[in-house]
Amino acid sequence: MTQEEILKKVTDVIVAKLEVKAEDVKPESEFGNDLGADSLDRVELVMALEDEFEVEILDSDAEKFLKVSDVVAFLEAKKNG
Amino acid sequence: MKQSIITGASRGIGLAIAEELASKGSDVVLVSRSGCDAQAAAIAQKFGVRAKGFACDVADSLQVQESFKAAIDFLGGVDVLVNNAGITRDGLLLRMKDEDFDQVLAADLRSVFLCTRAVSRTMVSNRKGSIINITSINALRGQPGQANYAAAKAGIIGLTKSNAAEFASRGIRVNAVAPGFIDTEMTAALGVEVCEKYRAQIPLGKVGKPENVAKLVQFLASDDSDYITGQVIGVDGGLNI
Repeated sequence: MTQEEILKKVTDVIVAKLEVKAEDVKPESEFGNDLGADSLDRVELVMALEDEFEVEILDSDAEKFLKVSDVVAFLEAKKNG
Repeated sequence: MKQSIITGASRGIGLAIAEELASKGSDVVLVSRSGCDAQAAAIAQKFGVRAKGFACDVADSLQVQESFKAAIDFLGGVDVLVNNAGITRDGLLLRMKDEDFDQVLAADLRSVFLCTRAVSRTMVSNRKGSIINITSINALRGQPGQANYAAAKAGIIGLTKSNAAEFASRGIRVNAVAPGFIDTEMTAALGVEVCEKYRAQIPLGKVGKPENVAKLVQFLASDDSDYITGQVIGVDGGLNI
């Protein structure tokens, strides 16, 4: 998967789970400050990403997801690495 | 509330709860170690709802994951979970064996954690659910000979309150029901003398019936209680006054 494809898919998941608009989801968007995600939202998001990308995301990895780009970089390494 | 899973549903309080929820139109899954196909079939016939029994050791993580996945598939979702399964291994602490303590903690407390986790994903994404945990008056008062059981049941209260706080923002309520002395096989095993001693202490003057507990559980499962969460409610004829 290209980085662009991953970003598109991650954005779709974020839009569905956090009820935000696609145009508000940018690589530099922070989950807490910009996208309004609380701790339960983050867990739900990680579970949805696991389903969508068919990967396992450890809590220790998920803790490092601050911005959308962190997730994209993680998934890029996981899928292509 | 239309899709309910009840653990420890083969007899006693659990079976009464399954019947009460079914009588209000809920489809039900009955979970027990021994399986309860006959009870489920009787409920389906009597109340005209869908009902199925699952054989599952609720202290076993893998069995819970598999059974609950199948149960949620059968129901087409889940909006009520009643954690009722429980065992006793009574004995004075001086002589209580490690396994008697560990088995009761696993069957009575760990099971609540495992089963709640198994429905949480569905309930969180549906933004709806009611979880009712059956604790005991002995969790609140202590009881000689039941250090293991009282500890496990007290643990359920902590779990109930934490889960209530965690899930509140997702429309999921979690409450605990604390039965007093209820006429079941578990209490009958104590013998006539002990039962009579208890009865004499109950302000309302009689031993409770499984239906007394089931009616409160039904209320907590229904939208009639939609502003109640994180509570421990006794059904004990006043024994805990």
